[in-house]
Amino acid sequence: MRQTRPALLLIAPSIVFMAALFLWPLIAGVTQAFHGPDGATTQYVRRMADDPYFWEALRNTALLIVVLIPLQFALAIVMALLMRERPRFAGLHFYIWVVPLAISDLAAGLVWLSIFTDRGYLNSVLDGLGIPTYSWLSFEHPQTMFLAVVVAELWRATSLVFVIVIAGLQGVPRDYDEAASVFGATYWQRVRHVILPQLRPSLQVALILRTILALEAFAVAQALTGRNFPLLVGETYQWYYQLQNPNVATAIALVVLALSIVAAVGYLRLMRP
Amino acid sequence: MKLKVQLACVAITLFMGAPLYLITLAALSSRRSLNEFPLSLLPTSLSGETMSTFLQSTGILGGLLNSLTIGLSTVALSLLIGLPAGYAMARYAFRGRDPYQLALLLTRALPIVVLSVPLARIFLDTGLYDTTYGVTLLHTALALPTTILITSAIFLGVSREQEEAAMIFGASPLAAFVRVVVPQALPGIAASAMFTFVLSWNEVLGASILTLNRRTLPAQVLATLADSPLAFRFAGGLALVVPALIFIAVARRYLLNMWGTTLR
Repeated sequence: MRQTRPALLLIAPSIVFMAALFLWPLIAGVTQAFHGPDGATTQYVRRMADDPYFWEALRNTALLIVVLIPLQFALAIVMALLMRERPRFAGLHFYIWVVPLAISDLAAGLVWLSIFTDRGYLNSVLDGLGIPTYSWLSFEHPQTMFLAVVVAELWRATSLVFVIVIAGLQGVPRDYDEAASVFGATYWQRVRHVILPQLRPSLQVALILRTILALEAFAVAQALTGRNFPLLVGETYQWYYQLQNPNVATAIALVVLALSIVAAVGYLRLMRP
Repeated sequence: MKLKVQLACVAITLFMGAPLYLITLAALSSRRSLNEFPLSLLPTSLSGETMSTFLQSTGILGGLLNSLTIGLSTVALSLLIGLPAGYAMARYAFRGRDPYQLALLLTRALPIVVLSVPLARIFLDTGLYDTTYGVTLLHTALALPTTILITSAIFLGVSREQEEAAMIFGASPLAAFVRVVVPQALPGIAASAMFTFVLSWNEVLGASILTLNRRTLPAQVLATLADSPLAFRFAGGLALVVPALIFIAVARRYLLNMWGTTLR
């Protein structure tokens, strides 16, 4: 093809850089997880599997994804459809709805800590209403602990889905929608049969991205519950930081990578038109 | 129907906005009023005490400085490497363009945790461990695919003809780029730079793993989380949230481009 040489010169630095910072650590990581002082070994993987925290973290991560993502997509689609109706103060609503885009999961955890902590705002409100207060984040109440993490993640990460869906909606011509309405389709019929099918590519991207990002969540749970609600990436942090064992940490990281790949490939297959 | 839409919008805005109000309220309350129960939902006892105690805690000011240094260096480095690549993607139909674009999308999806731990080993061997340079390299790697995709979308919007006209009148390709293309692309490039800065500001896992003493602000907050009082955590929460409020206010116009369309 024409003009290959100048283009290659321009992209060469980025290729070198990404090879050095993606490919090299990836290979080093596989080596680190499967290579001990005396050659190839599965001792780190076994050590990972022997740790009860690992299985709890795996279960919690899976549970979080299964509960969070459907809620998040429902909310994001509702938000996008609301915006499409051009409500009053749309600019203000939009700003507040997208602010969490730029908020980290650690910050989200700390924000919701001020609400869910024992002497926090939620209990203050309950107390004001004369309802007995509750230890939402106590390890004796795993259900509400999980609920707090789900709410914090719903608050933080729904805006990403919302923005992707909004961008997708802009590609949906209003004529289709209007045509359907002229022929007597109700609002829900139009959403179900006209709008949603055309959003499929956007939803697919959002689903892959959100699942992978949800696999990486950890600081939100750390901020809210300490280690009482372990998540996979949080366990990597524990093994690396507290237990000083980078090999087991890498083994868990590779599990996260494998799950990300499985999720991405799975969605691509499932949602093939 | 109209009324229902308005009510639903207000409800969602309350859900999204109330936590922001409450963390601000908590971080701006005095330590004494935070110990009271029930907490007041109105700003009755505002004070800078909690915030200033937080800022004076060990490692916070240093962390703030490290975060700023790393954020700005990440912006500079990712633009230095990303702009030429974005330009090439927008202007040239070259062999290998599709695999390159696919590789960019794939690297975006790679979990940070998979890179961080092996990188710590590599950085230990090369003397980059516990330096701002090491974290800058990791953050640049994370931001680079997005930078390239966003800037290529921006360059596509700048007319090719004007650039060619400049070259016909004797400007070198570089001069034409700097004097014709960059001024038109500048607002978009600024938005992409802010996106990169926020990514770096928010990233906590990699920064925690790659440093020991030169922690960024979030890494410092995370490391001391378990043994710090609630007031400290609330102040830390607000300190981490404020840049997000500013960023979204400034870059609102480009959000759909950054998170929406360029993802496809």
